[in-house]
Amino acid sequence: MIPAIVVFLYLATVLYIGIFAFRRARGREEAEDYFLASRSLGPFVFLFSLFGTNMTAFAILGSSGHAFSNGIVTFGLMASSSGLVIPLTIFLIGTRIWALGKKYGFMTPVQMFRDRWECSHIGTVIFAVQAVLLIPYIIIGIMGGGTTLNTISGELVPFWFGGAIVAMVVMSYVFFGGMRGTAWVNTFQTVLFLCFGAIALIVIGVGMGGFRSAAQALQASPMSSLLTRERISPYYFFSYTFIPLSAIAFPHILIFCLTARKMNQFRKTVIFYPLCILAIWLPCVFLGVMANRVTDVPEIRQKQEARRVLATQGRTMEPEARDHLREESAGDDVIMILLKRYAPLWLAGLLGAGIMAAVMASDSQILALSTMFTEDVFAFYGGKTRFGETVQVQTGRIFIILITLFAYAVALRAPETIFELAIQYAFSGYASLSPLLVAALFWRGSTKWGALAVAVWTALAVAAVAVLQEIVPAPAPGPATILWAPGGVEVLSRTPGGTAVFGFMPVVPMVLISALLMIVVSLMTKKPAASTVAKYFGGQNR
Amino acid sequence: MKKILLVVAVVALYILHQDIWFWRSSYLVFGFIPIGLFYQGMFSVAAALLMWLLVTFAWPSHLEKEVEKANPGEDEAR
Repeated sequence: MIPAIVVFLYLATVLYIGIFAFRRARGREEAEDYFLASRSLGPFVFLFSLFGTNMTAFAILGSSGHAFSNGIVTFGLMASSSGLVIPLTIFLIGTRIWALGKKYGFMTPVQMFRDRWECSHIGTVIFAVQAVLLIPYIIIGIMGGGTTLNTISGELVPFWFGGAIVAMVVMSYVFFGGMRGTAWVNTFQTVLFLCFGAIALIVIGVGMGGFRSAAQALQASPMSSLLTRERISPYYFFSYTFIPLSAIAFPHILIFCLTARKMNQFRKTVIFYPLCILAIWLPCVFLGVMANRVTDVPEIRQKQEARRVLATQGRTMEPEARDHLREESAGDDVIMILLKRYAPLWLAGLLGAGIMAAVMASDSQILALSTMFTEDVFAFYGGKTRFGETVQVQTGRIFIILITLFAYAVALRAPETIFELAIQYAFSGYASLSPLLVAALFWRGSTKWGALAVAVWTALAVAAVAVLQEIVPAPAPGPATILWAPGGVEVLSRTPGGTAVFGFMPVVPMVLISALLMIVVSLMTKKPAASTVAKYFGGQNR
Repeated sequence: MKKILLVVAVVALYILHQDIWFWRSSYLVFGFIPIGLFYQGMFSVAAALLMWLLVTFAWPSHLEKEVEKANPGEDEAR
């Protein structure tokens, strides 16, 4: 119970920081102040909160769980590719978005799209697609919170209650503190996690009698493939490099880019981003793999047994039984199990708080959705003019309550593991939306109809993948179920982890077709006025 | 020329990410880090170095100037 008490104290601290930010901003009920902290964040807060915004339950619990089942490949799949692609997109796109926000007062990406392509309702369609895709990301945070509190309290705090507490705390400080509170909390959380992540690695390493003996024992065991990338195909590995394109297309990241006081603040963020990823993901992945050696813990043994049965008998089982085993073998809680096994009680609490810090990153997504709703819908359709800016901010706050309650309700019913849920819907969808930004910022010839084609295609493709995976149950580990192979060419197949198109993850064709649609449809349709294009690119329209 | 070299460096690093040469090796660097993980860790350090090069040699300073021109005296106002 002691670790749970420490975590509750941590949650109270986070709440205080959010409310402190609220007090500081009291009396200034301006939209730009509440939603963007008056575009005034300094370099330290900007780096750590932007990074913290991307560190969700997916990064911590999902990565160690994925590494527990699939081995070291997890780091190369998402972490190191993100370390290259995300800072690169912040450098190329984030800086430009910041400059446009400063020059023209944009507060959301849709405001920029509407202005850039001279459209109104098409902007609303893009808003709707973005909003629908963002909700799974919020759900991940609540599920991660429920899992963490449940494990750290020795199952005294049930999943539903843990999720409710996390949802409540996040909702409260976002409600009161807005962007300023969210950024401060994210900074605090990132620093906390970086410190405690290092402590966790040392404590668990010492507890296991040193990683050298554990790694060598694993190398000599039948599970040695976990130290390689054998369990993942090179096609799949390559596909994953498309996923980090989603980061810059996520509205909360784009909106966050607008909060920097000066463009110089992007410099440190771009340089240190890959190192921050290294510092957080490498220990998580390594510990996830090493957890396979902790066979004196019954929970770990149960997971390994479920994995073994799934691999050997999965093919002959009913889909429901397979799903049950898959859930049983999922390793989302292995880090917490290791902490419970090796860390003293008080330290397990502190480390649990560190994990909680990363898990609670859904705050930025909730705030971003609220910003988008109030700016792209409420203000755009006349609400701000009719009711004023104070009502606009209040509407944003009510929206925060509603969206959190909705996400919590869904989190209670969601059957997928944290990792799968995040990847399959939100990340692929946003990666598919990334051509919108590239076209808006770098191509004079892009049009609103090209943008509409990208948004509609993304929505259809995500829905198609979701429906397909609902209709066709996931096969047992091993060869995929081939669904369509004209002339012997495997076009579409259902894999144990999702869907494959020509052996690649769906995100690859989704992004490529998005880009193609933007080009083809834009070439066939009318361009915005020359004055509008000149506003973004200078000179005359070519 | 500088920009071309930077683009080449980005593409090269992207290709180096697909390190198929260590795919099936379980060799342990320093006796405990699997080589595939060690390589990808070093890749992250290389990515940080590349970002430093980009920020140093290809910084879009024209954007800063445009903003200053559009919002003169903003810093003093804060």
